[in-house]
Amino acid sequence: MTSLVWVEHDTGAIKDATLSAVTAAAALGEVHVLVAGSGVGDVAAAAAQIAGVTKALSADDAAFDHVLPENVAPLIAGLMANYDAFVAPATANGKNIAPRVAALLDVMQISEILSVESADTFTRPTYAGNAIATVQSSDAKKVITVRGTAFEKAAREGGSGTVEAASGAGDAGLSSFVGAEISKSERPELTSAKIIVSGGRALQNSENFHSVIEPLADKLGAAVGASRAAVDAGYVPNDYQVGQTGKIVAPEVYIAIGISGAIQHLAGMKDSKTIIAINKDEDAPIFQVADIGLVGDLFKIVPELTGKL
Amino acid sequence: MKILVPVKRVIDYNVKPRVKMDGTGVDLTNVKMSMNPFDEIAVEEAIRLKEKGIATEIVAVSIGEQKAQETLRTALAMGADRAILVVSETEVEPLGVAKILQKIVEEEAPGLVILGKQAIDDDSNQTGQMLAALTGRPQGTFASAVVVEGDSVKVTREVDGGLETVSLKTPAIVTTDLRLNEPRYASLPNIMKAKSKPLAQKTPADYGVDVTPRLKTVKVSEPPKRSAGIKVADVDELVAKLKAMGVAA
Repeated sequence: MTSLVWVEHDTGAIKDATLSAVTAAAALGEVHVLVAGSGVGDVAAAAAQIAGVTKALSADDAAFDHVLPENVAPLIAGLMANYDAFVAPATANGKNIAPRVAALLDVMQISEILSVESADTFTRPTYAGNAIATVQSSDAKKVITVRGTAFEKAAREGGSGTVEAASGAGDAGLSSFVGAEISKSERPELTSAKIIVSGGRALQNSENFHSVIEPLADKLGAAVGASRAAVDAGYVPNDYQVGQTGKIVAPEVYIAIGISGAIQHLAGMKDSKTIIAINKDEDAPIFQVADIGLVGDLFKIVPELTGKL
Repeated sequence: MKILVPVKRVIDYNVKPRVKMDGTGVDLTNVKMSMNPFDEIAVEEAIRLKEKGIATEIVAVSIGEQKAQETLRTALAMGADRAILVVSETEVEPLGVAKILQKIVEEEAPGLVILGKQAIDDDSNQTGQMLAALTGRPQGTFASAVVVEGDSVKVTREVDGGLETVSLKTPAIVTTDLRLNEPRYASLPNIMKAKSKPLAQKTPADYGVDVTPRLKTVKVSEPPKRSAGIKVADVDELVAKLKAMGVAA
């Protein structure tokens, strides 16, 4: 069985989420990858080097820039004549395009898989991760998205795949890209960081969030995350959100500061290796999952901690 | 412009789901059920577009058991004009739901379909994108702003790195993210009024759609449990722990 894996990239670097998707696809059989966008030749060459990849398809067309699903999904659906499975990382792009591909193929997608049990059976989280379902697909072709934290990343080197050109119908004329406000940060990316420092509503405002959370994060070389409450209150932008509908993370160390631990937040971080919680309420649910807890006023504790590290 | 808003009846988001002992699913007996929170945001957005004079009629639709009537009455009480319930006592997967919605879109010809980006029970995040594929319409998923301009709609989307804006030709499909709006509560007079708003009953067979599931749930289990660890007394003790873990020098 051969899978086609969607390569998430920014016309330069291949995103880590792709590497987890390659590992998941390798459990099903042979792995080919698809790189789409204008000027993606170098990315396709790099993707062919990922361990386990035997072929990289390069769809070099400006219609595929910005991953507009109206243009990209027909490309993939067309290529799927030669494949048994389409596998995408469960990123914003992967979640946007995969179901559109699935419906074009008349396939019921299997979302955010955690494991490959066999060629047609997978586990996936439901109810914000409170129930793990084992599902078996009767569709001839599979369309799958992969939760990045559940699979090891394939090595970026070690493959010796060939590169082949692929083409689709181009611009469907239904949609266009207008613009983006992408957060720029020198800090590590949330989904691939080894350490994450996250802040919650108890920070009270944006100024406090920046002056209390960020110095600690910088001292530890950590990424900065936030609870939904902190994002809703406008302390930080949406891309900081960790949780059921935000980012799913599993770093070595997750430090939750002033976060009570709502189900929706725990769903996004409870697979972290070590969880440290700082909260003034000793009954906060976050302490039920924390390996190390410290009860007290974060406005005293966090600056002291930053100073002593 | 007519707006179609599909809504789903799900476990209330404040209830902690419990897996059944026999591993067949999540126990929903005597559990509070509500409208999926993302769908409430979709209903609210449709109402705001009507209040701005852009939308002329809001049709709410639900595919599910008879009790989903309550969910539709909630949508009607919030401000939807009429409702369609497609009754299925067995669970219909996102692909089946999208196929039924495709038929309803053909009948109703809405300028916009606004859906929640995912339901908090199966967490699939598929129906809107599938409906867009089946109807050949453009899709603006994970929306945090929706602006209708003539025969197009600008959708600002929550993506991994921040926000992205796309322009879609209408008719189009939009799925809502958390920060699109804050849904209103239905007032008592509106709840009363909703009882007399039209609610049509259909079945998947009326639309000629085969909703046989493609996925079989083999079993449902609880995730590995995390147990509470230790509490440290002060910052010095925490620093010592961090150093022992190799996190701090």
